[in-house]
Order: sequence, then C-alpha cells, then structure tokens
Amino acid sequence: MTAIIALSLFGISNLFLGFWLSRKVVQQITLLFLAIGMGITVMDWNHEFLWFGNMFRTNNTSINFSIIIQLAAFFVVAFSNAFGQDDEHTHPAEYYAILLFSTVGAIIMVSFDHLMMLFVGLEILSVAMYVLTGSDKRNLRSNEAAIKYFLMGSFATGILLFGMTLVYGATRSFYISNMATVIASTAPESMPSFLYAGVLLMLVGLLFKVSAAPFHFWTPDVYDGAPTIFTMFMSTVVKTAGFAAIYHIFAGIFGGLYSTWVMPVYFISMLTLVIGNVTAVYQQSIKRMLAYSSISHAGYMLMTVSARQETSNSTILFYSLAYTLATLTAFAVFKLVSEHQTGRVEKPDHFQSFEGLAKANPYLAFCFTVAMLSLAGIPLTAGFWGKFFVFSDTFNRNIIYPVVLAILMSAIGIYYYFKGIIAVYFKQGEIDKIEISTLYQVALGLTTLGTLVLGLFPNIVKSLF
Amino acid sequence: MLLLFILLFPLLLGAGLLLAKPSKPFGIALAGSIIEAIAIAYALGTESLQFSQAWLPEAGISFTLWVDGINGVLIGLTGLLIPFIIGSTTNSDKSENASYLGLILSMQSALLGAFLAKDAFLFYFFFEASLLPIYFLAAQYGGENRTAITFKFFVYTLFGSLFLLIALIYVYLRTPGQTHSADIETLYLTARNLSAEHQGFLFLAFFIAFAIKMPVFPFHTWQPDTYTTSPVQGSMLLGGIMLKMGTYGMIRLVIPMFPLGITQWGLTVSVLSIIGIIYGSVIAIQQKDAKRLLAYSSFAHVGLMAAGIMTQSVDGIQGALYQMLSHGINLVGLFFVIEVIERRTKTRELAQLGGITQSSYVLTVAFIVLSLGSVALPLTNGFIGEFLLLKSVFDQEMYLGIIAGITIILGAVYTLRLIQKTIFGNVSKVTKSFEDLVLGEKLVLIPLILLVIIGGLFPQYVLTFSAASVEKLVALLN
Repeated sequence: MTAIIALSLFGISNLFLGFWLSRKVVQQITLLFLAIGMGITVMDWNHEFLWFGNMFRTNNTSINFSIIIQLAAFFVVAFSNAFGQDDEHTHPAEYYAILLFSTVGAIIMVSFDHLMMLFVGLEILSVAMYVLTGSDKRNLRSNEAAIKYFLMGSFATGILLFGMTLVYGATRSFYISNMATVIASTAPESMPSFLYAGVLLMLVGLLFKVSAAPFHFWTPDVYDGAPTIFTMFMSTVVKTAGFAAIYHIFAGIFGGLYSTWVMPVYFISMLTLVIGNVTAVYQQSIKRMLAYSSISHAGYMLMTVSARQETSNSTILFYSLAYTLATLTAFAVFKLVSEHQTGRVEKPDHFQSFEGLAKANPYLAFCFTVAMLSLAGIPLTAGFWGKFFVFSDTFNRNIIYPVVLAILMSAIGIYYYFKGIIAVYFKQGEIDKIEISTLYQVALGLTTLGTLVLGLFPNIVKSLF
Repeated sequence: MLLLFILLFPLLLGAGLLLAKPSKPFGIALAGSIIEAIAIAYALGTESLQFSQAWLPEAGISFTLWVDGINGVLIGLTGLLIPFIIGSTTNSDKSENASYLGLILSMQSALLGAFLAKDAFLFYFFFEASLLPIYFLAAQYGGENRTAITFKFFVYTLFGSLFLLIALIYVYLRTPGQTHSADIETLYLTARNLSAEHQGFLFLAFFIAFAIKMPVFPFHTWQPDTYTTSPVQGSMLLGGIMLKMGTYGMIRLVIPMFPLGITQWGLTVSVLSIIGIIYGSVIAIQQKDAKRLLAYSSFAHVGLMAAGIMTQSVDGIQGALYQMLSHGINLVGLFFVIEVIERRTKTRELAQLGGITQSSYVLTVAFIVLSLGSVALPLTNGFIGEFLLLKSVFDQEMYLGIIAGITIILGAVYTLRLIQKTIFGNVSKVTKSFEDLVLGEKLVLIPLILLVIIGGLFPQYVLTFSAASVEKLVALLN
C-alpha cells in the first residue's frame, strides 16, 4: 500500500524534475524510484493488511504480483534509453511520470478487495496507457492506435461497470468477501438471473484488457502503432495485472458460480489460442507477430483460470513472470535493431531486416533466441515450466481436449518463433555492430538470465506460495 | 556426485568453448571427451550410483540421476562415441571451429541427461533440450537447403514430444500423495493400474513421441533429409546416439508402464516396425547418395530394434540394447568413411566413385569390417544383437519373424552395393589421385574396427552387465 502512495508522489515529483535535470538523470531517478517501490512492497512480506476502509488488501499474493509489475516497469524504463539523446519531440519526464502512475494503477488491480478499487485501478492504468500509446504525435499510426485503444477501452470499461452494477444488485455489496459469502450461502435457484448476466459482462470487460479473442481486435493495431517502448509496457504490465484481477475475481468471488463461467472461459481460451497462433504465422512484422503471440499467451493463462486449482495462482504468477521476462527481452532487441535499421532498409520491423544479426551482434542474437525459445516453451527456459504448470493444472480438472488443442497450438507457435531465430542466425544479411549503452546491456542480460535461471530452477518462484 | 560431474562436465566444457573460442579447440574437446569417457567407465563399474537433489519439491519433481543395467549401456555408448565424433573432425576445418565442438559437447550433456534421469520430467527436459544443440549444429553447418530441412526436423520431433509431455503429466497426476511424484518407478506402478482404455491412449501418445525420434514407419519423413544435410558429426550424433533416446524411452517407460496398452497396440507397432525394415531397405538399395543410403539403412535397423522391444522378452530387450551399442559404433564408423571419401573426392555419388582399394589400405579394411558389422555377419558386433532380436520376434510371432529375417538379405544387398560402388571397381575421374588416410583419420578408424570385432567376440560383458536390470524389468510385466 505504501508503495502506491510512494510511487504516486514519485510520479508527481518526476514531472518537476524534468525542468532542471537532463534526460539521463531523470531516467536514473525513475529507476531508483521503482527500486524503492519494490523495496517498500517487499517489506510487507508475510503481513496481511487492509487499507482505505477495507477496500485494499496486501498479502503475499498481491505482493508477488506487485513485484512482477514493478520489475517489468523497471526494465521498461531501463530499456527506454531516455527517449533518445536530444529528440525534442519526446518528453521523458512526463512519460516516466505517466509510467509510474500506470504502475500504481496496476498495483491497485492486483490488490483490490472492493470492486470500486478494481475500477479505479483499471482506469488509472488504462488512461495512462491511452496517453502513452498516442505519445508519438507525428506518427499517424500512433494517433490511430491511441484513438482505437481509447474508444474500445472505454466501451469495455462501460461493460465492466454494467456487470459490476448487476452483480451489486444481486449481492448488495462491493466487498469481495461479502459478495463471496452471499453467493456461497444462497441456493443457485434463488439467485436473481441478472447475477449471471453481471458475471458474464464483467468477464467480457476484463477479457478485453488482456486481449482474449474475440475481444482482441484492437491488440495488433495498438501494439503496432504505439512506440515500441510502450508496447513493451502494455504487453507485460497490463497483461499481468489483468490476469491477476481476473483470477482474483473469478476464483475468489465467483468461485461458487464456477459452473456458470467455466464454459465461456474455456471456449474463449480455445478461441484465443487458435486465433492468436494461427494469425501470428502470417505476420511479416516482428512487432505484430509479438502482438499475436501475446494474444496466444492470454489463451494459455485463461486455461489455468478455467482450471481453478489450488496451484492456479502460482501458475499464473509463474507464467506472467516467464512471459514478462521473455517479452521484455524480445521487444528490447527488436527496439534496438529496428531503430538501427530505420532508414537503412525499407521495413525495419520485418523479419527480413533482422537477417544476419548474429554475425556482428552475437549478444543481441543470443538474447533474442532465448526469448523466442521461452515464448515457444522449449526446455532450459522459463516458458517451458510455464506451459508445464498450465497443462498440469488443467489436467487436474480432468480436461483433456483443450489441452490437446493447446499442444497443437504450441507446435504452431514454434513455427513463428523460430522464424525469428532462423532470420537472426541462418539467413544472410548485413547488419553492422549496433552500439548499446551499458545500462541497456545489463538490463538485457538480466532479463535473459532470469529466463534461463527460472528455466533451470523453477522452484525459486513456485516455492513463494 | 560422480553422476553430476558426468552430466555437467561436457556442458561446462562446451559452454567454455562456445564463449571463449580458444584457438586450439580440437585438443581441448578431445581431451575433455576422453576424460568424460573415463569417468563414465568408472561410474559404470561402480555399483548402484544415484544422485538426488530437490528440484521442484512442491510438485514432487526431483533431480535424480541413476545408473542401472539398461541406461548403463546407453551412457557407455555416449561416452564411447563422443571422442570418435570429435576425433572425426580431424583434418577438416571443423577441428578449428570452437563453436562447432562446443555444440557437440553440449549435445553430449543433453543426451547423457536423458539417459541418466530417474525422474520422468527430468528425462523429458533433456529429451527436448537435446534438440537445441543438434538443431544449431545442423542448421548452421549443414549442407544444401539446411534451414528448411532442419526446421522440419525440429518442429516434427518437438511436436511428437509434446504428446509425451501431456501423457506424462496425465500419469503423474494419478500418482499417490499430495504432491505426486514423477519418479519413474512410481509411475510404473501408477500407470499399470489404469484402465485398458486409458493405457491405450497413453501408449499411443508415448509411442508417437518415441516413434518420431527413432524413427518408425510412417513417422520417418524428416530423417533421410536431416541425416543427409547435417554435417557429418551431426549425422553421427543423430544416428549414433540420439535415435537411441527413442528406443530407450520405449524400454524404460512404455514397456513397464502400459502392459494393457501393449496388448492393444503392440502388434500394430510390430507390424509398422517391420514395414519400416523392408521399406527402408528397399529404398536404401536404390539410393545414389552414400550418406542417404546410410540414413535409410539406419531407419531399417531401428525398425528391427522396435519390433524386438515390442516382444517384451528378455531376448528382445537385451538384443535391442546390444544392437543400439553396435549400431552406434558401426554407423559412426560408416559415416566417417563416407566423410573421408567425400573430403578427397568432393562427392558422395555412388556412380562417380570406385577404385579406392588401391589407394588406401586402412580405409578399405575399415569400410569392409564396418559394413560386415552392419550386415550382421557372425563374429561382428551386429550379429549378436540382430540374432537376439530376430529370435525374439520369431518366438513371439513366427510370420513376423520370417518377414523380419529378410532384413538380413536386404541389408547385405544395399551394404555390399555401397562397398562395391564406392571402393571397388574401376578408378574414376575423381578417385584417380585419391590420397591415403592421414594419421588422425587412421587413429579414428582403427579403434572402431577393433570395437566391431571385440563386440562380436565378447558380447557377454555387455549382456551380463544389463541382464539383471532387463530381467527385473521383464519380471515386472508378469
């Protein structure tokens, strides 16, 4: 809790720091802020607190998710390169401040104990993201992405709110524990039918945020149009917070209504897997491929949600972390190479412009490969264990066919992730040595190392529960 | 700890070569692989070694390594062959390529890990991880059209192993206890009590994974291309050791876990394997490319191993184990002979070769001895395994045994044709100035010749080594 107050104050002070400090220094201070945020968050470990009129709860689960979120934000800031040395069209101090604010929103989303808090967190996160998506003012695609994201996002929020009201009408409370008690203690026949409608509407509203099919249409365009650094943030922080919230609500409050929402969630997770993976195969642009890959990973995570096992929470945590680390690495390399190739080749974000990267930049090629392997779920990387836990949870519910489908889809996934590896290592191409700042290099090394360490010792995270 | 050393030493050495890129990597890699072979020999001579370490205790998954009579043979094979595979780079530019040798050593670790694992998920972990070094080896240093071919290989085999993963999870979740257990012996007990229907499905899932790896007909389409296009050391790793992960998996996991599954599907698998034997042999007879011919011959040989394993008899499993050993040695030797010829003549086309007997005495003897081993002539190593395998198939189902017996005739046809076209006959344009082998090449080939003969004369050392474990495994079935 202290972390959200601290980060909000840091964000405000960041706005002023921009007046008299250079970009580099602002970047370093923001990193420091986030490190302090993580420190404050960890201090509450093993303590359970309620805040703000019992609307906000911190416990070990919420701390774990808050740490992942802040870690992702930390790396995003580290990879931001202070938005270019002297590009007068960028405003680092503001961007960093908005990033901090949306991190606060994400932390609220993983710690709420009252639906109003969920809504507040979601809006803080989303509004900040709308702004950042459109931050590249001169780029038409960035503007388009922002408008699209904003309009679709507002609709989704509306639907979510509508769902919340209906559920409130049925349970007469916004507190999670009260709602759960009411639902558990009432016989299913005597529940008002609009409760079910409310549950499903809330599901739709939240699934929009994590870009599950068929609510995914905004994702590729927004990911593609937004500046890469914010796409990185969107695909890691927003997704982690979204899934933590979905699991919290559906396993927590609506646990008693499992039979109502499980079929839609199944169906949606299958659809998401198929659409995400199959469409990703056809992408020429790595950025769009990663957007569809993020859709497909939402499908795997939804499978765990629908299994609703005791271990599901730790699975979602592990999967989010594995996915976050790999996605950060992939986008970080993508950002460097596509910026380097801009002006040199016609389409800097396509697979072709990555051909022959390994020759002069073995470090970047290696990091990129590890990220692709992890996203594809190959052993030695964290992604393998993520998939393993998902399948194991789902099987525990005796669900067979969706897992078989998920396996087919993982095989398809290998195809498009390996397109990246093949381009980097086995295709002929000319890319000169790319200059990388030390901070960038270290951050990239840490995310790659994290992926490998979690791949060898998954217990580090699994034992936190 | 010795087992941990055996597992990690090649990996660390390989990683060192990949990162540091020393200027004389050949000596380091060769010395390392010999040290590793000595350590393995020592471990195999020590009774009941085991290493256990918690890995994922919440999920009952542990990092447990062990050696018994069954995996001992394969660990021995890996330890024995890697020095030859590294040695076979001698006299070529590959011997100066630190990354290349580093990948071979990393591959050794992955293979050893799969054989050493006592935990089913640890086995799976290495089973899949071994794809990475071989993929990079083949895709980076391979021949024509390597990107597409190795990619097909990767996706195909990984797709198969995903079935293994879900089937393993399925059985694992039925093991007793709050945290479950993935220990292979616990899985045996759990899986055997499942209903016949479930065992049937699980059997198929396991079988697909291993059948693609071996490969068994009709899952072989990736194999000839991959063997042909890989650099020769890659083909040696694939054919000499990696395919044995499939047969090993059948012996270690499938046979003891799903007796009811085998009653349903065993005959189908035997028939598929025997179709593979005949089909592979017939295609091998028509090959023009020597390396491709060896790929099909390997496909035919592995079919017989699979058929023998499916008999679930002591003879069949013992024969398969022995044949894995001798097939590895012979195949590595033959690939090297073809490589030596290709280095000098720049071709593997049978039609363009011939008349080498005059130029190189050692090469001729080596080629003939290795081929005879591959044909399973008595007094060579191939005979023992093939005899036991055919006997077991014959005991189980006479007609199948008779059809499988044709493999000896067909094998003789394609192997003798290979020898005849490549080294006998008239001197051709490309073999006119064929240079004799250099010392390094001789040093690789001569021990291999000796191994073929020793293996044919003294099979009892290996067979008694594995006997107790195989009998225990077969006893579990009754």
